[in-house]
Amino acid sequence: MPVYNQSRSRIVQIIFVAVFLVILGQLLHLQIFSSKYKMQAENNARYRKVVYPDRGLIYDRKSKAILENTIMYDLMVTPSEAKGTDTFALCNILGIDTATFRKRIRDVGFKNSYVRPSVFEALLSPEMFARLNENMYKFPGFFLQDRPVRDYPYGAAANVLGYLAEVDTSFLRRHKEEGYEMGDYAGMTGLERSYEKVLMGQRGIKYFIRDNRSRIQGSYENGVYDSAAVAGKSLHLSLDIELQKLGEKLMGNKVGSIVAIDPQTGGILCMVSSPTYNPNYLTGNMRRKHFSELYMDPRTPLVNRAVNAQYSPGSTFKTVVGIVGLSEGVIDERFSITCNGAFWGCGNGKPKCLDRGTFNLTSAIAHSDNTYFATVFKRIIDQQRYGSSDSSLNIFNKYAASFGLGKRLGVDIPSEKNGNIPTPKYYQKIFGPRWVSCNIISNSIGQGEVLTTLTQLANVMATIANKGWYITPHLVDSIEGGDRYSLLAEYKVKHHTYNVPDTAFEAVHNGMQGVMEYGTGAAAKVPGIVVCGKTGTVENYLRGVKQKDHAFFGAFAPRNSPRIAIAVMCENAGFGASSAAPIASLMIEKYLKDSIAGKERQDKVEALAKVNLIPERMRRAMDSLARLSRTKDSLNEIKQREKEKEMSDTMDLEERPAEFETRGTDTAIKNAPATPAKPPVKRQQASPAALPDENKKVNNNRKTTKP
Amino acid sequence: MQQDKSISKGIDWLTVLLYAVLVSVGILCIFMVEYKPGTSVIGTFLSGKTNYSKQLIFAGVCALMATFILLSDSKLYTAFANLLYAFGILLMFATFAIGKNVNGSKSWIPLGGGFNLQPAELCKIFTALALAKFISQQDLDFTKIKNQAIAAVISLTPAILSILQNETGLALVYLSFFIVMFREGLPSWILIVGFSFGTLVVATLIMEPNLLAIILTAIAALTIYLLRRQVKRDKALLVFILVIWGACVGVQRFAVPYIFNNVFQCYQSQRIYSMVGKDYDCSQNRSAKKESSENKAVKKPDDYNVRQSKIAIGSGGITGRGFLKGTQTRGKYVPEQHTDFIFTSLGEAFGFIGCTIFLGIYLVLLFRIIKIAERQRSTFSRVYAYSVASIMFFHITVNVCMTIGLFPIIGIPLPLISYGGSSLLTFTVLIFILVRLDADRQVVLR
Repeated sequence: MPVYNQSRSRIVQIIFVAVFLVILGQLLHLQIFSSKYKMQAENNARYRKVVYPDRGLIYDRKSKAILENTIMYDLMVTPSEAKGTDTFALCNILGIDTATFRKRIRDVGFKNSYVRPSVFEALLSPEMFARLNENMYKFPGFFLQDRPVRDYPYGAAANVLGYLAEVDTSFLRRHKEEGYEMGDYAGMTGLERSYEKVLMGQRGIKYFIRDNRSRIQGSYENGVYDSAAVAGKSLHLSLDIELQKLGEKLMGNKVGSIVAIDPQTGGILCMVSSPTYNPNYLTGNMRRKHFSELYMDPRTPLVNRAVNAQYSPGSTFKTVVGIVGLSEGVIDERFSITCNGAFWGCGNGKPKCLDRGTFNLTSAIAHSDNTYFATVFKRIIDQQRYGSSDSSLNIFNKYAASFGLGKRLGVDIPSEKNGNIPTPKYYQKIFGPRWVSCNIISNSIGQGEVLTTLTQLANVMATIANKGWYITPHLVDSIEGGDRYSLLAEYKVKHHTYNVPDTAFEAVHNGMQGVMEYGTGAAAKVPGIVVCGKTGTVENYLRGVKQKDHAFFGAFAPRNSPRIAIAVMCENAGFGASSAAPIASLMIEKYLKDSIAGKERQDKVEALAKVNLIPERMRRAMDSLARLSRTKDSLNEIKQREKEKEMSDTMDLEERPAEFETRGTDTAIKNAPATPAKPPVKRQQASPAALPDENKKVNNNRKTTKP
Repeated sequence: MQQDKSISKGIDWLTVLLYAVLVSVGILCIFMVEYKPGTSVIGTFLSGKTNYSKQLIFAGVCALMATFILLSDSKLYTAFANLLYAFGILLMFATFAIGKNVNGSKSWIPLGGGFNLQPAELCKIFTALALAKFISQQDLDFTKIKNQAIAAVISLTPAILSILQNETGLALVYLSFFIVMFREGLPSWILIVGFSFGTLVVATLIMEPNLLAIILTAIAALTIYLLRRQVKRDKALLVFILVIWGACVGVQRFAVPYIFNNVFQCYQSQRIYSMVGKDYDCSQNRSAKKESSENKAVKKPDDYNVRQSKIAIGSGGITGRGFLKGTQTRGKYVPEQHTDFIFTSLGEAFGFIGCTIFLGIYLVLLFRIIKIAERQRSTFSRVYAYSVASIMFFHITVNVCMTIGLFPIIGIPLPLISYGGSSLLTFTVLIFILVRLDADRQVVLR
């Protein structure tokens, strides 16, 4: 047979081999020399899921849980599997119409693909959950997913505990290293924020394999790279929830705050900021609505007034002035002064004093005599030994700072204000380099530029109670599992006052006891307990307009072994003795005796809770806001009615017998586009003048028979 | 017993073994693609519902078919070659009338019961037989241009019909018969011209048009300079060189852009461009323009398939990610992975080493077939054997090159591996007719 062209067999073989070598070359390139494909495959298929641990709980000083976790449910849907769902039944339960239903399904599918589950209705109410759970078999493609939500069994201490919110981009930028992701929740205010690290726990990460449509196929490499979630640690507070609740009750219908501190430990026993809100308001599916309500409220319930608002402390500051005067030796306990109606040391008869007579330190405190403390303050500033009023004021400020005034105390909740103890530099700017004590004489009685937060004031009371030391006020007593981030270290340190002898405190104690027994705070006695207190009434101005005075009261009890130091403040409540002082007395009794004894005292609680001291301007703002929302509602209602009307009118038109068609002008108006600006006029035009009532009836009938 | 002995006598068991190995690997690959964790493997294999169990059934049918062919008389194939070819062409024509549209190509004849027949697939066998029959004519001189032309017509007629059915992939396969014809004496300049043309087209795609023109001119000038003595003697040579130069520049400047913009569909141009790593501007494409002027949304094709396929193979590395552990495969990222892109599952699971061994098996089979071809005493058997080798080679090359991004995507299966009854049956018949013919190589068949 022919064997020519035999050589071509070799060529064919060579071609085969050559082509295979080219293929191998490309395989070599793809599989061995490029590493990017491996990474791309990983990116394709590996799905990283963050597993959220339970957030830590918060307990009060008696180990009652005041912040817990509870389960709420989200209704989830996978649109591609939701065919054959009983739409009507589902809409009925959720209270939406089918158009909304379809729109939501479309939106969800658009945002998150039709094959992946997405949230259809978040955070169902308990009754909605119950009804859905019974009927779930009717809704293929839908399922209920649990989600942990914060729960506040006492519904109190909202501003102390704070709230969680979804993190935003600026938060993510600030906390880059901490592994937050879009859609996470983090503490935004209060303890939730300052102890976020402890409460959040440690997130776990699970890796899954996903397919080309991002559906989970199973765990990645049998979970060897997964890490488990560690639950958040619980906090034990020094707060007494019963006391807190009583405080919130007493402060009802008032604007102001209460701070009570255990002087021995610096632990805050209660921190009321009024008006407050039920923290449960900000969980659940109405969160957004409620939040905006609170946000718009002119009384600013979201502000923690105990740390985030600063006021002139008023007469309560006199205690400090007296202590400094004694310590500096410008007065002694026997020093006395006569007031004949005003202080004339600066020649202008200011400040005035309320009671005339002769006062020594004890009675001056007891009767809150302005002249006495103006004299003391003037003497302190005018001391020759420091050379100038600048250096004298510096010395005074040194004392004040050692009481924790003039700068942030370092309380363990965010947004604390500094307060203000004015410096010589500040006065040089205003009065020139040669300012004198008379320029700043109103500081002597806690007016003028002196500002404190209420927590600072309570801390001053604690310092006086301890006769010369304080521990920075704090809410958290201990952290479950130890203080790993040493957040509590600074709450173990005693801060001592500068150069104050014990005798000075003793004298001031005498005065403060006098306040309760025969002085300005006599109305606030606590039966059976020796309380030391000091009232304060503070003139204040808002944009240059004089407002009603703020009422202050600072106290500690019992005198010999103080267990509670308290500061109470009611904005624009008038004289300090009438509102703030009795509230403080009830709070002290509740804490020291564990209950309010006697019907008379209990009635006082109810009466005080009812006293409405909301400042006039806020009340007006609230009224106008309420009016606005009422108008909006009624406008909506009008629009709604308008629509129904128009619809029924056109129907009527179609059904109406021929003789009515002569009213051609009428129809023309009706067909014109609706102008919401003058709805009533239009309505009159639209309804046939003869039978408006009957028409309405027809409407109603139609409405009821429709479903 | 006597009968049995005579059947098994002379059979090339190595070929049969390689065939069996490849079919098994194929079923395994389909299993890898379809596997879902947590299902009973044996249960799904026997259920007949999954693709791998279906392929197992097809393999059974093929084994039956193979036995049947081995039992048949080899004279049958020489006798019926032309008739079968005619029948095949008839079927191709019939497809136009009663064909069914599957994935945009009207190349299937429904047989009922959910089974479809693709005549173009069957025609490969018939064409191989017919070509063998034609070339093996005793008085045929294959060096004559006329006979070469007839052979070309025989092999390209089904290809043209196939193109008309919109089934470009299968049509290309018929080009593989040129390898057979080359072996039988087709002048080698055709091969060289073909190769040069291919290089020119690829160069056109890759390079800047002006740069390429300069290079071509430089080559022409260099050639004239080197051959200046001959050119002096013979002016015709100069003309010849200039004509070639002109043709090359013409192809590069006008022909290629024209074909891409006016002949190909937008997606076809894009596939070819993306192969060389470039993006094709569809707004130049005539068919795309036409569609957009008819207000149809022009879908911008992308290279998702190739990208995912390359990722799958590339992620295999040297040793692969292991049996059933490939994430690309489990996540179904590669489209058509059980048919045209089956090679990716292998590449991902077993890596470079696995691929090399796998391609090695193919190469051994191809060389074995060429060896069989060369030991035939009859031209018919030899031509047929070369046809089988060429068809398989072409399939393997195009399919594998397509998955690794060396060739534009054309839907042709990997022989004996890809899922699909038609394809498996065709290759079984092709190979076993060869085995039957080889067993009877001592009998003179002309």
